[in-house]
Amino acid sequence: METLDVLVVDDEPGIRSGVSRILRNFSVSYPFMDDDIQFNIIEAATGEEALDIINSKPPAIVLLDNKLPGMQGIEVLDYINNNQLDILVTMITSYASLDLAVKATNIGAYDFVPKPFTPQELKASLENIAKHYFLRRMTRKLHKEGKQVRFQFLTVLSHELKSPLNAIEGYLQMMQEKQAGDSIDAYYDMIDRSLSRIKSMRSLIMDLLDLTRIESGKKKREFVELDLGLVAKSAIDTMLPLAVQFDVSIILENNLTEPFMADPEEMEIILNNLISNAVKYNKNGGSVVCSLSNTSNDLKIVISDTGYGIDINDIPKLFHEFSRIHNTSTKNVSGSGLGLSIVKRIVDMYKGNIEVQSAINEGSSFIVTLPLKNIVEDIAGI
Amino acid sequence: MKNQKTILLVDDDSDYLFQIKFQLERFGYKVISADGQKEAEVLLQTIKPDLAIFDLMMENEDSGFILCYKMKRRYPDVPIILATAVSAETGFSFGINSEEERKWIKADLYLEKGVRPEQLQMEIAKLLKV
Repeated sequence: METLDVLVVDDEPGIRSGVSRILRNFSVSYPFMDDDIQFNIIEAATGEEALDIINSKPPAIVLLDNKLPGMQGIEVLDYINNNQLDILVTMITSYASLDLAVKATNIGAYDFVPKPFTPQELKASLENIAKHYFLRRMTRKLHKEGKQVRFQFLTVLSHELKSPLNAIEGYLQMMQEKQAGDSIDAYYDMIDRSLSRIKSMRSLIMDLLDLTRIESGKKKREFVELDLGLVAKSAIDTMLPLAVQFDVSIILENNLTEPFMADPEEMEIILNNLISNAVKYNKNGGSVVCSLSNTSNDLKIVISDTGYGIDINDIPKLFHEFSRIHNTSTKNVSGSGLGLSIVKRIVDMYKGNIEVQSAINEGSSFIVTLPLKNIVEDIAGI
Repeated sequence: MKNQKTILLVDDDSDYLFQIKFQLERFGYKVISADGQKEAEVLLQTIKPDLAIFDLMMENEDSGFILCYKMKRRYPDVPIILATAVSAETGFSFGINSEEERKWIKADLYLEKGVRPEQLQMEIAKLLKV
């Protein structure tokens, strides 16, 4: 259980004790929070007294009456704003001074509760403010820990996972209620669409598994001297049905002369992703060339296609998670949005490099360069 | 059909588009759909719908807001429904209930995705004042 200090500033003792009574057994829960939030009430009868408390032990929330005997509520609010204190303020005002309440929210009060208020109104306001407080603190904490990116990732991920479910649910409901009539023929389109969403969801989950394994570092990496030509050939075989469907031919050019130490599964992920992209984003009747070569220092994998090409402005976004490039040529291409970011992670683990060359309507080349030596030496412990 | 009302439906999820279009047509509306902000902006140059339903996150995460803004500037009298699943997915809630939110969210109604078709129909009828 987490407790937030709430300072009630009001010259009427009845209001202060009323607030205490209402909030004594009140707690707020929120799906994102591990603990419920409850409130500890501190009372002040004047603005001056409030400032003393704010200065010595700042509360999280201030419930602030404006009409006070000496210093006015709005001045207390000013003080909190001017000193950039991490305090959320709710103004308590009579209905007659709603103008003032609006003014107060404009200059930084989070909310206002008109007086007289019901316990319900007060609780609703406290619930809002507590959630806001929590989210604000969360955002700050995430920023501090560099976890903002992670949080966004999860947000987008949940979107990517839920939208196919919503779509399929929608189709099933339409079928359940026979909205297109009694004949099953009328529903084929919906069934096809549902199946295709299921398929892409499955591939997202597979990609996600790849990504988590790579990220957690828990995947056992097995380095063996491998024939990358064979890995490429097997990747091409896997993509063949897709290639036939798109009428795209895949050519393998293997000019490797040096042995290469790597984890076969990781190389497979790189090749599978790049080749499947080259097929999916190709034109009908197009071709894909997968070329493998090496110098004495580097291994080079080049996957070239004859597809739509990528706008130069979109290239930096390519390797970001879920940053699928949306435009009219790509809108019918399905993908999890994770493939290239996974490829990039693996390439990084090999201290390699991936770059893209592209010309609109002519095609793109993805060029992966992996140092031959570093890897071998790292593994061999030289 | 006489007096058939036209609804502009914009969403980047082709299945959502398919389903809502299907429902709206079932309710007797004419539906023009677009799968993104850009396409919708082009459509708005030439057509004036009787009502618009926008998704929020499309090409950009604020595409829906921008569309609302541009649409209201061009056709201030056409009601807009902003339909998103943002709250359900992220827990971040926003609405158009407070004055402050209405100041920057130029939509007439904010709907969580997944409302029953009948409710959607009711809300549309209310906004179209039929």
